[in-house]
Amino acid sequence: MVETGHFALVLAFALSLVQMLVPLVGARTGNQRLMAVGGPVTVTGFALTALSFAALASAYAGSDFSVASVWENSHSLQPMIYKITGTWGNHEGSMLLWVLILTFFGALVAVFGNNLPSTLKANVLAVQGMIGAAFFLFILATSNPFIRLNPAPIEGRDLNPVLQDLGLAIHPPMLYLGYVGFSICFSFSVAALIEGRIDASWARWVRPWTLVAWMFLTGGIAMGSYWAYYELGWGGFWFWDPVENASFMPWLAGTALLHSAIVMEKRSALKIWTLLLAILTFSLSLLGTFLVRSGVLTSVHAFATDPARGVFILCILTLFIGGSLTLFALRASRLTAGGLFHPISREGALVLNNLFLTTATATVLVGTLYPLALEALTGGKISVGAPFFDLTFGPLILPLLAIVPFGPLLAWKRGDIIAASQRLMAAFAIAIAAMLVTGLFIDGASVFAALGVGLAVWLVAGALTDLAVKSGVGSVAPAVILRRFAGLPRSVFGTALAHLGLGLTLLGIVGTLCFGTEKILSMHPGETVELSGHTLRFEGLTPQKGPNFTEDRGRFLLMSDGRANGEITSAKRFYPVRQTVTTESGIRTLALSQLYLSLGDENKDGSVVVRLWWKPLVTLIWGGGLVMMAGAAMSLLDRRLRVGAPAKRRKPAPAAATASPT
Amino acid sequence: MTRKQKRMSVILAGLGFLAAAAGLTFYALGQKASYFYMPADLAAASVPPGQRIRLGGLVEKGTIVRGQGATVAFSVTDKQKSVKVTYTGILPDLFREEQGVITEGAFGPDGVFVADSVLAKHDERYMPKEVADGLKAKGVWQESTN
Repeated sequence: MVETGHFALVLAFALSLVQMLVPLVGARTGNQRLMAVGGPVTVTGFALTALSFAALASAYAGSDFSVASVWENSHSLQPMIYKITGTWGNHEGSMLLWVLILTFFGALVAVFGNNLPSTLKANVLAVQGMIGAAFFLFILATSNPFIRLNPAPIEGRDLNPVLQDLGLAIHPPMLYLGYVGFSICFSFSVAALIEGRIDASWARWVRPWTLVAWMFLTGGIAMGSYWAYYELGWGGFWFWDPVENASFMPWLAGTALLHSAIVMEKRSALKIWTLLLAILTFSLSLLGTFLVRSGVLTSVHAFATDPARGVFILCILTLFIGGSLTLFALRASRLTAGGLFHPISREGALVLNNLFLTTATATVLVGTLYPLALEALTGGKISVGAPFFDLTFGPLILPLLAIVPFGPLLAWKRGDIIAASQRLMAAFAIAIAAMLVTGLFIDGASVFAALGVGLAVWLVAGALTDLAVKSGVGSVAPAVILRRFAGLPRSVFGTALAHLGLGLTLLGIVGTLCFGTEKILSMHPGETVELSGHTLRFEGLTPQKGPNFTEDRGRFLLMSDGRANGEITSAKRFYPVRQTVTTESGIRTLALSQLYLSLGDENKDGSVVVRLWWKPLVTLIWGGGLVMMAGAAMSLLDRRLRVGAPAKRRKPAPAAATASPT
Repeated sequence: MTRKQKRMSVILAGLGFLAAAAGLTFYALGQKASYFYMPADLAAASVPPGQRIRLGGLVEKGTIVRGQGATVAFSVTDKQKSVKVTYTGILPDLFREEQGVITEGAFGPDGVFVADSVLAKHDERYMPKEVADGLKAKGVWQESTN
């Protein structure tokens, strides 16, 4: 089975070479038969990659330690779920997951892209083939998961205990669906540059892909943040760690792309910019893959360091980013510019959104790469952390958040800022009220807390105002409002939900950072501690045994407002195979807030160090992410964006697409 | 406005944004980035008390003292010099004697390094890259410590 998987992987690589060459030649020479090769080859390539991945997964599930990758990252006593998720809990397997998703998306274009112009489809599949070929070669040459060991070891070396968690089942696949999803936008952009033309139907194809990729990337980042929050035991949800930034940069650029693609689809403007943004977004995804996979950074994500891998990925990075940007420089002038618009209009607001988001992306990029560049050039070692990003990213993103509610209320072409402001009066009043309540009754000392709460409420109220205005609240009868509300396009709900989610996330962040409390102390069994109205009594440590670990479990009885309220347990786990200790934090969710407890070392006198946090509204941080995902899903359901719908409506004539500017 | 003027104004706005971002970035890199030192580097660097730095090295054997509550004192060494560090909080799970650590914080007026975060290596396979590189550069790297 393992050899079958290995062989399938080699075949998939060979097919990807066919996929990148034959349709490209066909599109150049206008040969329909050569172009038609692309579809079946792509689908077969996906089937072979899936077979290869299944072979590796079954080797992991069956604990076949004659496979080097399984031996290094699995153990026969691990629960089955972690045996299977361990397939991608290591460098080789996670790269295989990466190409699996890449070929899956390619196959989707091949199957559902029948109504695309045939040359565009051929070129898109060819570019996908190029990316696939590069990464198949990378896996086969430097990171082959199917290498056998002889003699086969009897027992494996266990999966990194930090990764033995349900998070591993969700976070990497979601993140990769996001990262790799942007490859389709990239391929469409490069294909458009190869053909030298681009039109609104192009945007109608790219936008759903952007939405899909963005939705999964949002989920992947939110899940990763929650996982780090409960697993690492530090109670933090975002560390501005380079690996986190590696996923955050494509998200920021992707958010900009999501917005500029709307302008292009609806108004045929910003074409060249949208195309560039699509290239940049995927380039940042590749950069993220490089940062995480090459071993230039040390983190839980860098499973192993091997210089050959770093150099190889750097070559792939240079080839694709350099190649696509060169093509852009050569061909962009041949593309036609789009329609005109007034600065105060929906388009203008979206341009402003793009300016903010791309400069914010640039600051994160500098903060992430500068320490690496400095070390490479001078050998100096610096660390750029939260203080840097608070000072650079903060001032760029806060004004953007403040103007978000205006955008959807402005008309296309020429908007009326006064009318939009009048409609937002109620939302503004609610936000001010929230600010005053926060400042006067909750925490008068912190201006930031009041402003933050105000901004978050402003975003939420603004999103709801958008829905209210569009269903006619205040101008028509209630029955009509309901009917209009039900009849609103799904994309309007999508926008409102995404902006609302953003507000909720912000509220969670402000709540946790400004109103959270914390205590560190050492406790003897029977002692109690009080934090923000909650009292905890330490019941003592009890030793327990798990399938592949032993643990000391600390039990704490919780009393809220004088009444018993269940218990919280936190544990120190010891994994003997890797000689590793991990902390299992104890978390109790009370409404939207959480009580977070982390167990430290045992002192000589029998007391235990305990760190306790009260984190108000913390669940909103990730809940907001889920709402944003729901918004993206809602937009995807919009009739207008059903994949394949655009070309049926009208087949753009080549002459119209290259016509002179309007 | 003509198309050209409009494009110019968008480009100018973009440049304005970039200039603002670049200014913030340079300022922040100068003020907010924290440098990494090993104990032996500190003599030459003359770090003033209160300035945030990252201090890395090995936890010196026999120096871990658990004090009042959750306060811990230990020394970080690069086998040439060592520096006293105090930290209040929960030490990482992989914090042990003779292990590589990175502490972040600032020197107090008494010359003791007050750390507000302590990072240990992530698993048994490697220690923080900065520490490993530093020890290699000082010629005191042993494979066994890895």
